[in-house]
Amino acid sequence: MRRITKYTQGLAFVLLWVTALITIGFLLLIVFFILKEGLPSVNWEFLTAYPRRMGREGGIFPTIIASLYLTLASLVIATPIGIGAAIYLTEYTREGAGTKIIRFATEILAGVPSIIFGLFGFAFLVTFLKLGFSILSGAITLALMLLPTIIRTAEEAIKSVPNSYREGSLALGATKWVTIAKVVIPAALPGIVTGIILGVGRAIGETAAVWLTVGGALRLPISIMDSARPMTLHLYTLAAEGLSLPRAYATASILIICIWIINTVANLLMARFSLKLRAQFFHGEFEAAFCDKAISGG
Amino acid sequence: MDLKVKAQQFNLYYGNFQALKEINMEIFPKTVTALIGPSGCGKSTFLRSLNRMNDLIDTVRIEGRIILDGNNVYDPKTDVVALRKKVGMVFQKPNPFPMSIYDNIAYGPRVHGIKDKLRLNELVERSLIGAALWDEVKDRLQSPALRLSGGQQQRLCIARLLAVEPEVLLMDEPASALDPISTGKIEDLIGELKKNYTIIIVTHNMQQAARISDHLGFFLLGSLVEYGLTEKVMTNPERKETEDYLTGRFG
Repeated sequence: MRRITKYTQGLAFVLLWVTALITIGFLLLIVFFILKEGLPSVNWEFLTAYPRRMGREGGIFPTIIASLYLTLASLVIATPIGIGAAIYLTEYTREGAGTKIIRFATEILAGVPSIIFGLFGFAFLVTFLKLGFSILSGAITLALMLLPTIIRTAEEAIKSVPNSYREGSLALGATKWVTIAKVVIPAALPGIVTGIILGVGRAIGETAAVWLTVGGALRLPISIMDSARPMTLHLYTLAAEGLSLPRAYATASILIICIWIINTVANLLMARFSLKLRAQFFHGEFEAAFCDKAISGG
Repeated sequence: MDLKVKAQQFNLYYGNFQALKEINMEIFPKTVTALIGPSGCGKSTFLRSLNRMNDLIDTVRIEGRIILDGNNVYDPKTDVVALRKKVGMVFQKPNPFPMSIYDNIAYGPRVHGIKDKLRLNELVERSLIGAALWDEVKDRLQSPALRLSGGQQQRLCIARLLAVEPEVLLMDEPASALDPISTGKIEDLIGELKKNYTIIIVTHNMQQAARISDHLGFFLLGSLVEYGLTEKVMTNPERKETEDYLTGRFG
């Protein structure tokens, strides 16, 4: 009997180890493959020049800017709405039919394929509202796609703020709104930021919805009403139309590196911020010492 | 002596369950009133009725009146924010905000519109002195409040309260989560505070009630069974239930 337990234990360990290995292995394989094929074509000109001959030559500068512009614009729209909705759902409504419907709706929204969002954006924003192929059309469409994630994570973060904070604040004569704005939201901020970072990843990587709403103009977008071609779309065009496969890989490399940089920076900011803010829910000396270092030493 | 707080025929229900029954109680200014009784007897609920913290629970319904300085707390015209500023509360578990010591104390005054830096500094210092915490933290006002010990955190919560200049302090077992030394400090502090404030404290600790309170109320199953001078109730209770409880026969 004991022997069998030992075997199952060993077997489980090996299986779990293999699954982890497969996950990490494929991730590394993809990144390695893309970078290996792409990086040789990346140079200063590729990053800073405009594309020539539909992207067969020159660089991808406008597409990098388009990606960042579009991502930022969609976050500017989605973040306040998402946080507002999360606050409403957690602090201002009682659990009941209403909240269930809203939650159900956000989950459905999260499961809708991006091409459907794109189609909606094209039909409603681009055509009906006459916003045209533009950063604005794309940003609104992307914002709708990001909302479920942002709402969900913000909700969880707000719910995890101890009720004693709210009571403490209310007992000092603070109003509900002041309590939310000054105590609850700051305490929930690390979690809220996590949702926004997830949103960044999704926005910068989106292709189908962008294709139908932002157009694909290969010029530098200045106005929010300009059409543009983000990196994902450029990469798709380069590969699908057989313009230049090496440049498609090079563009993909830059995209991966961009996402990696954004995630790293966001994580660093968050770690720094939450250390300072939460300077522990634990009272241990170790954390205290660690905090001091992190705050002063940076 | 004028009354500070007076409960008249006060009933409170959680849905269909009646948690407080016909409470009549008169509380005198600048005294310490202790509320004792077994768990679930309604003493904390009564305490939370005095600054309307029970409003936060949806199913609560009340009858009767609570009079504070001649005004009914449950009058629809009562400004709950002003009420809670006047009647502050310390909770069982210390609940400092995840901010610096300074910001914790300044939170209340800032919420009530004080922006002047010098005035805030002065309030923070005075409140911390008032809560007997100043000497321990004056050199690290900017460090996180959550790094203080449990006893210091509780005194910080008291200081945070003093900063909004209340008149009545409600304390819900403020020392139950603390070690004996910290408990002693809180008790000493209560003795000091009663010179300026009316204090109502819920406690499970009979010796504590005897040490710090002037008046004692014994709650049982939602009723105020006995209420009077602490010495009198402790040594010569009128009701058998009180005597049984005090002598440890149930509870």
